Amino acid sequence: MLCPCAYLADALILPFLLVFHLSRKVTSIVPESCLLILLGLGLGGIVLAVAKKAEYQLEPNMFFLFLLPPIVLDSGYFMPSRLFFDNIGAILTYAVVGTLWNSFTTGAALWGLHRAGLMADPGVEAGLMDFLLFGSLISAVDPVAVLAVFEEVHVNETLFIIVFGESLLNDAVTVVLYKVFNSFVELGPAHIHATDYVKGVVSFFLVSLGGTAVGLLFAFLLALITRFTKRVRIIEPLFVFLLAYVAYLAAEMVSLSSILAVTFCGICCKKYVEANISQKSRTTVKYTMKTLASSSETIIFMFLGISAVDTSKWAWDTALVLGTLFFILLFRAVGVVLQTYVLNRFRLIPLDRIDQVVMSYGGLRGAVAFALVILLDRAKVKAKDYFVATTIVVVFFTVIVQGLTIKPLVTWLKVKRSDHHKPTLNEELHEHAFDHILAAVEDIVGHHGYHYWRDKWEQFDKKYLSQLLMRKSAYRLRDEIWDVYYKLNIRDAISFVDQGGHVLSAAKLALPSMPSLRESLGRPCWTPSGSGACLDLQVIDTVRSRRDKEDAAMHHVLRGSLYKPRRRYKASYSRHFISPDKQERQDKEIFRQNMKRRLETFKSTKHNVCSSKSKARLKEKGRKKASAPQPPAPFLALRFGLPQDADSEVLWGVGEVSEEEESDSSETEREDDEGIVFIARATDEVLQGKTTPGSLDVCPSPCIIPPSPTLAEKELPWKGDQADLAVYVSSETTKIVPVDMQKAWNQSISSLESIASPPGIESGPQHRRFACPVLEEQPQSASQAMPEQSSCFQFPSHVSKSGRSQSDSSPDGAEQQELQPLMAMEEQGRMLPTAEPRWLMFNRPSHL
Amino acid sequence: MLICVSSFFFSSVSHSQITRLYSRFTSLDKGENGTLSREDFQRIPELAINPLGDRIINAFFPEGEDQVNFRGFMRTLAHFRPIEDNEKSKDQNGPEPLNSRSNKLHCKKCEPSYRSNYFSFFVLRMMVGVNISDEQLGSIADRTIQEADQDGDSAISFAEFVKVLEKVDVEQKMSIRFLH
Repeated sequence: MLCPCAYLADALILPFLLVFHLSRKVTSIVPESCLLILLGLGLGGIVLAVAKKAEYQLEPNMFFLFLLPPIVLDSGYFMPSRLFFDNIGAILTYAVVGTLWNSFTTGAALWGLHRAGLMADPGVEAGLMDFLLFGSLISAVDPVAVLAVFEEVHVNETLFIIVFGESLLNDAVTVVLYKVFNSFVELGPAHIHATDYVKGVVSFFLVSLGGTAVGLLFAFLLALITRFTKRVRIIEPLFVFLLAYVAYLAAEMVSLSSILAVTFCGICCKKYVEANISQKSRTTVKYTMKTLASSSETIIFMFLGISAVDTSKWAWDTALVLGTLFFILLFRAVGVVLQTYVLNRFRLIPLDRIDQVVMSYGGLRGAVAFALVILLDRAKVKAKDYFVATTIVVVFFTVIVQGLTIKPLVTWLKVKRSDHHKPTLNEELHEHAFDHILAAVEDIVGHHGYHYWRDKWEQFDKKYLSQLLMRKSAYRLRDEIWDVYYKLNIRDAISFVDQGGHVLSAAKLALPSMPSLRESLGRPCWTPSGSGACLDLQVIDTVRSRRDKEDAAMHHVLRGSLYKPRRRYKASYSRHFISPDKQERQDKEIFRQNMKRRLETFKSTKHNVCSSKSKARLKEKGRKKASAPQPPAPFLALRFGLPQDADSEVLWGVGEVSEEEESDSSETEREDDEGIVFIARATDEVLQGKTTPGSLDVCPSPCIIPPSPTLAEKELPWKGDQADLAVYVSSETTKIVPVDMQKAWNQSISSLESIASPPGIESGPQHRRFACPVLEEQPQSASQAMPEQSSCFQFPSHVSKSGRSQSDSSPDGAEQQELQPLMAMEEQGRMLPTAEPRWLMFNRPSHL
Repeated sequence: MLICVSSFFFSSVSHSQITRLYSRFTSLDKGENGTLSREDFQRIPELAINPLGDRIINAFFPEGEDQVNFRGFMRTLAHFRPIEDNEKSKDQNGPEPLNSRSNKLHCKKCEPSYRSNYFSFFVLRMMVGVNISDEQLGSIADRTIQEADQDGDSAISFAEFVKVLEKVDVEQKMSIRFLH
């Protein structure tokens, strides 16, 4: 019975929820809980009309065993614990004294009303004990309702935590009072002795403290268990839910306050559990908990609506209903004012009048009261039907009327709202400093106040508890200041990547780890060092001045940019172990390298644009090139087969960057096109000469054969260890060319196209500069290719394949090729022209 | 002397509180000469493990002195008094009270430490704990300055410092209820 109706409710509700969320106008005025109750009423009406009897009810068992625990666990686990304990005094006062006050006064006043003969209906047969019982169940503020309404109101944190904490903690009082009065009613007023009252008081302490103790015990267990789940990450979330639920059941079983147990279990275990479990488990726990809680909440409110339709349980008495409504509002307000008056004498920040209004008005009653009233035994409590009707009306009134009006009220009273702003390191640091200072001042003054004990607790926690309950690795890195720092860095990095690296200024991104990084030349910018994401924008800047160093940096980048061999992994299934996904790892590798590269290209573009992007520099380079055989080709397409994978080739085009910068610098959608693009393509397709324009469009920028290395390159130190070098590229080739340079390049190309004749070497310095690798050394081949404006050098498959295998075994050969990047004459015959203009490809003739 | 202090600084502080503070003062004063020295403060066991303990102690001593009398003692403690409602209104034209927001900030930075090294490396280390490498700690410190630094001089002026903490409820967080 339970499950089908829950499913049904879910199935019915979800679309509506969606509608609620979509129509912001409705939800901005009406809280979701109200809408759900109304929806439940509607559904219940339909069911009643169709089935002629009320089908689905909110069963107390289902409510207490399945629906309530997720909500309480969620609220306990995500409770801001610092805030909670800062205000624990006020919360406890309101929860204990306030609830006692409310239930006794409401019960007594209703009894008085009854005695006065105002309740006309003769069916209301109830004595003082019955009314006190009713008062106990109707007076407790309901955590579900409060949470549902207050989450949308956004009052300031102190106010919220007081109302919400009260609603959570008053459960103990409610449960005890309910049980005590229930047994009193069963006994009958005549058989109650003085000892029973004493028992009632004792049982209150037993139930509340016992429930808390159970919660703490399970929190401890949970933290301890998660410390040892390193090898079974997949069941970490399960442990969290299971143990919290076991805590609930255990407390319920021995009739302790189960809500208190789960609440404290959640509050206390969070710190350690979060430190112990993996990031994925953390996310899982978070979302599962939120999902469970919100579905429970949804079901509860729906069922409240549906249950209300069932008229067989109703028995209406206007005086009782109106009296109850009036009294709960009145006594709540009176209680709050009285308690606040006392509390303000001790509070640092007094609760002002507006706070008190919101607190009294925020005393919403909800499903707990309804479930408790359903649980009453009709045989013993004669007036049960009247109480049920009254409870329903009270719940509906508080949730709908008060829920609807509390938001305008808060706005009208100008209650201090909570302001959410991003945490800054300074605030975190200073709040810690404040704590220390206050603790120190209390020490000096010799006053053992709150700060003194908090300080003591933190010392204890650091020395013993955390060591016991946290993994060694987690314990080492566990610190709030560090956490904030880490999060800030991650956020910066993410926003940087999200924005395509264009919006953030370089100065803003100069993260503090720079100085240390700057010293190590050529170190990859995206270091996995402990300081989180380090976007070092200055590596290239500093290296730039010296060509050798730049070459070295380039060399390292190249080395880093080659992927690890692709492999195919067997898929396996295991329920309890997720093997680290190989595919994922490979993808991640690609992603990481792409990111890295993108960052680098961004940096260099930025730099080039900022620095003297004049043609003077260009020409100077041109002159330099003319004098020395140093090819400053701006774009290159390296086409090299990955040694381990004979089926695919990778085209590496740098040069997208300038073009992109030219077109649209703020473009972020084109993520895949940015920076350097790898194109994997089947070899045979290329070899057949069917390199279609479509496939080439992917890399639209002009690509040029890598030029011969510089003399300096030969002397560079890494030339020694050739074993692991797959590719050599002169550093000049990867320099990103400024925008105007590229324009010049395009111009010269277009002029070439228009001429459609063997291009002369006299095409101007820019032209010389870009085209010279082809034109100077291979005028013949270039002139052949020029009519189509393309030259692509291809080899038969056996040649390239053998060449690839050779290049593995003989790095010397590879270097030679680098020194003579262009084809030998014999290969020109095999050259296949492609359709793409300005498309020069180079396949390394490794067999040379 | 008690009367003098109470009339001068603590118009709203009860006599009993001053008496309590005075008895604390005398119990700290091992030399029994009516003043406290640094050693007297350092004898408090909890201060020894407080990362900011030395700074707090320094805050009690005026520039260049190493003795503090009860008046100075109270004067420093007055920074941590909570602000009361009736004070807010009457303080419009009078001199700025010791427990005002800016004075609370000033007190915390009793030395002009916010200028250059902000939180000194050592203090930061004590606050963060020993588990983090120097490099990471340094980057935290750098970031802190970078975050607050608005004019780009890689130092934090008092104005910048106030700006950083404008969202933080300093009045609330730097007050101790005992010192009504």
